[in-house]
Amino acid sequence: MSVPRYWRNIPQRVRMEALKCKSCGKIIYPPRAKCIYCGKNDFECYTIPEKGRLISFSIIRHPPIGFEHTTPYVVGIIEFENGLRISSQITDVDINELKIGMEVEQVFRKVSEDGKSGIIQYAIKFRPIFQNI
Amino acid sequence: MRRVAIISYGMTKVDRHWNKSIKDLFSEATLKAINKVNIPKVDAIFVGNMCASDLCDQNNIGTVVADHLGMIPIPSYRIEAACGSGGAAILSGFMAVSSGLFDIVVVGGVEKLTDGVGKKATFSLGKAADFEYELFYGITFASLNALIMRRYMEVYKVPREAFADFAVLMHRNGAKNPYAQLQFEINRETVLKSEDIADPIKLYDCAPIGDGAAVVILCPLEDASRYSDSFVEIAGIGSATDTIDIASREDLLLLKSILIAANNAYKMAKVSPSDIDLAEIHDAFTINAALSLEALGFSKRGEFDKLLYDGAFEPDGLIPVNLSGGLKSRGHPVGATGVYQIAEIIMQLLGEAGKNQLKNAEIGLAQNMAGVASNSYVTILKRCR
Repeated sequence: MSVPRYWRNIPQRVRMEALKCKSCGKIIYPPRAKCIYCGKNDFECYTIPEKGRLISFSIIRHPPIGFEHTTPYVVGIIEFENGLRISSQITDVDINELKIGMEVEQVFRKVSEDGKSGIIQYAIKFRPIFQNI
Repeated sequence: MRRVAIISYGMTKVDRHWNKSIKDLFSEATLKAINKVNIPKVDAIFVGNMCASDLCDQNNIGTVVADHLGMIPIPSYRIEAACGSGGAAILSGFMAVSSGLFDIVVVGGVEKLTDGVGKKATFSLGKAADFEYELFYGITFASLNALIMRRYMEVYKVPREAFADFAVLMHRNGAKNPYAQLQFEINRETVLKSEDIADPIKLYDCAPIGDGAAVVILCPLEDASRYSDSFVEIAGIGSATDTIDIASREDLLLLKSILIAANNAYKMAKVSPSDIDLAEIHDAFTINAALSLEALGFSKRGEFDKLLYDGAFEPDGLIPVNLSGGLKSRGHPVGATGVYQIAEIIMQLLGEAGKNQLKNAEIGLAQNMAGVASNSYVTILKRCR
């Protein structure tokens, strides 16, 4: 991935910035030119909450290019209090402890490397919140 | 708008065609289709293809196939809608003929997945999903379907075995289809004991990687009898889109684009789901079968397993599904799949389906999609007498 291509998504990759539709109040993520619910395009910036719940997950055994070294790894759909859902990678987790409904929180991590000479791509992933810590 | 007929079809077996290129495959299917009918000319070619840019290092596929077939200088171009490319090519051909712009068009699909080495094919197929917000995080195409499958099992309490048993049915059908890539039967254990791909999806929940080409020839319905003794009508056709990433959908278990495309196709054909005699559905993963059958109106939501165990999808059931073996057993040469489905429905309607032949099939439906139904095509074919 070219540097500009990674760089232009930094608000999403590292700050989890979504759009809030001023007209219908819904959260749009990934960002779009128009609201997918009401069709208006008057937005304000909305930061996705730190904590959410895992509503589905999968353990990837056959990775695409760039993810060979971390396989197996976990991906999931996270749901937040306001009903917003996003997909991301779930990290810092023992695959035997994965459970639907488990609480997860944002954490900044390396995602992949673009070969030997390309950039290292970082982004926010999600990790389980352990109650006893 | 002119009514549109399909007067011929041709296919290669779906396989790992090590000795054939993308051109060889497309020409083989096209010549089979052309040689069956008596047409004076071809006005245009529409070719569905997804992965040639990545795996064959070739764009401009329309020109490549027209050149190989000796059809220069007619218009010819590629239609790309990921795994729905074949369905999209059919819609394009339909529009071209019904509008009156062209009279006789070749509509096909071709895919050559085995020209990609190693993980290239997985990566290329993954591009049906959202690169920036899914693939970036290492989410694969199989895992997107796995996320939906786990959710389906959680919400509807459908046992995992039901998905395995659907694969068993597909292989039973495919074992009798000479064009199928995996012409053998399996049992529930074959699926459950197969390799993990993206939990809960196992190897035998997935369509295989293969190559193939399928072609049909379209013309105005009123001219069809001049060129061929047997033909079908495209009685209804519909298409719709949904969000490119799956998490943005309000209902993760409703494939809305299929629902909308199907309703438009039913309306155009003036039929309802109960009028359909057989269906070819897009079961790239077994979970896709459940959600597609529900969105098409063949099953209530969350009850796919009940109908499966009632025998509804068997060859003698209420709605025979994928007599070809479906993507699971016939194979899934992605950009060609939508055209294979159409060709297989035509074979059934014209009584040319061999060992899998249904009796008295009048109306068939083909459903093809890209991604997790981010882009859908539904086509309804009627037998013409």
